[in-house]
Amino acid sequence: MKGHLYYPGCTMKTKASDYETSAMKVMEKLGQPLVEMEDWYCCGAVQSLTEDDIMHQIAPIRTMCCAQEQGEDEVVTLCDMCYNVLRQANDRMKDKEDDLETMNEFLDEDPDYEGGVEVYHLFHILKGMEDEIKDAVEMPLDDLVVAPYYGCMLLRPDNVAVDETEDPEIMEDMLELLGVKVLENPKRTECCGSYHTVNRSDIVEKRVEDIVSYAVEEGAEAIVLSCPLCQFNLDFHQRATDFDVPIFYITELMALAFGLDIDMKNHKIDPRSLLKEKGILE
Amino acid sequence: MTPDKAEDEGNEDVEMVEIFVMGKRYRVPKGLTIMTALEYAGYKFTRGCGCRGGFCGACSTVFRTEDEYKLKMDLACQTAVEDGMFLVQLPFMPAVRAMYDIEEVEPEEHDNILLDHYPEIARCVSCNTCTKACPQDIEVMDYVQAALRGDVERCADLSFDCIQCGLCSIRCPADIKHYHMAQMARRITGRYIHEHSDELEKRVQEIKNGEYDETMKEMVEMEIDKLKKTYEERDIREEG
Repeated sequence: MKGHLYYPGCTMKTKASDYETSAMKVMEKLGQPLVEMEDWYCCGAVQSLTEDDIMHQIAPIRTMCCAQEQGEDEVVTLCDMCYNVLRQANDRMKDKEDDLETMNEFLDEDPDYEGGVEVYHLFHILKGMEDEIKDAVEMPLDDLVVAPYYGCMLLRPDNVAVDETEDPEIMEDMLELLGVKVLENPKRTECCGSYHTVNRSDIVEKRVEDIVSYAVEEGAEAIVLSCPLCQFNLDFHQRATDFDVPIFYITELMALAFGLDIDMKNHKIDPRSLLKEKGILE
Repeated sequence: MTPDKAEDEGNEDVEMVEIFVMGKRYRVPKGLTIMTALEYAGYKFTRGCGCRGGFCGACSTVFRTEDEYKLKMDLACQTAVEDGMFLVQLPFMPAVRAMYDIEEVEPEEHDNILLDHYPEIARCVSCNTCTKACPQDIEVMDYVQAALRGDVERCADLSFDCIQCGLCSIRCPADIKHYHMAQMARRITGRYIHEHSDELEKRVQEIKNGEYDETMKEMVEMEIDKLKKTYEERDIREEG
């Protein structure tokens, strides 16, 4: 297959559609298109850490079975949460023979999972494509100062991290290729408050205040990330703060630097005025 | 258990099978549907029975066959009795149903209109039990997954053959109410996604104008044999 078998996850089809459309365009431009799986299932949104809880591993493993059915041995995700859940569930089935056997017995008449699929995040793919990215840049974003933000799901636990857990650089490296001025951000691996957004927004608001205020003090004009939940929390919950810093998916900045048209329709804090001010948008 | 001949029926050609209805043993002729077998055994349906043609979904039944640990589900009017069958009828599903005004559920104006009204769909663990329970062979889990990602039209398409029997929902470990949610998807699809049909509007207006009142009255009063004949000989025209 030319390109990569792509697992979207539910959020890409709703709140994070800006991430999906920009990533699709960027990967197309880089000559490694993302090809959506014929069939896929919700990852489950959280990784169950309970030893004997096989039930909550079924959803991610069904998606592995779908890739297997398509004759593929890799699945690429954009969503950090999906990446984390799929990867942990998949690794568990590879590591624990008994769990895989239990799983396959439950799957019953459906085909067994053979454990031959690997889960990757977009960052795994982009790493190693530095030359292609540099060549694709048509409009370097020289004038823009951003703070990178990883959150938890890309980096924890250590065995599924896309980079060094405590001192990641992968996002900084990508951003520098686009010409962006990247700030050093020690808050970049802190938690955004995650699912507390559902019923304890006070917790998320505190986290957002802390993360955004630090970035602003250091001179950031925008924050860049890849997790749809972090994006929602940092974007939406800034309403409880004095800030209005645009929160970009990294693929949105890539698309802009590549001269590609993107919507940016799901942002609560509209990034257009900043982009116009910087001469990036007309 | 081997099927016996129906000696006491005075008809030696009828093969009998033994079934258990709510634990009680009955001998009934082979080849009957579960529904007619129950009536043969003396039960009278006041609920849990509708069209008898596999369309209305009223006659959900749960059964097990001998030497099998799995519970099976089907429609009583569509499934033949088997020797050694243990069964029970489910007359009604008390499943929760969302209330909404169809004029206020435009899918484009919401992040995920189905999730808003049926938030429990997010509990799906992809166990596929719903699909296995479905007597209509619908990919139930797949339409729940479509709903989760906000694809109302796919949810409506995949669930099109649903007859609202509710077996999916009584089996679901996540307590999802698949069939009510999917009905909402089909209604939204009809109202907002599918192309508007002028023909339909014209016909509805004709009905409102009373143009078919006379024909309807004739049919209601018609002898059953004549009604059947009229139905069989009806004029079926191609669309358009």
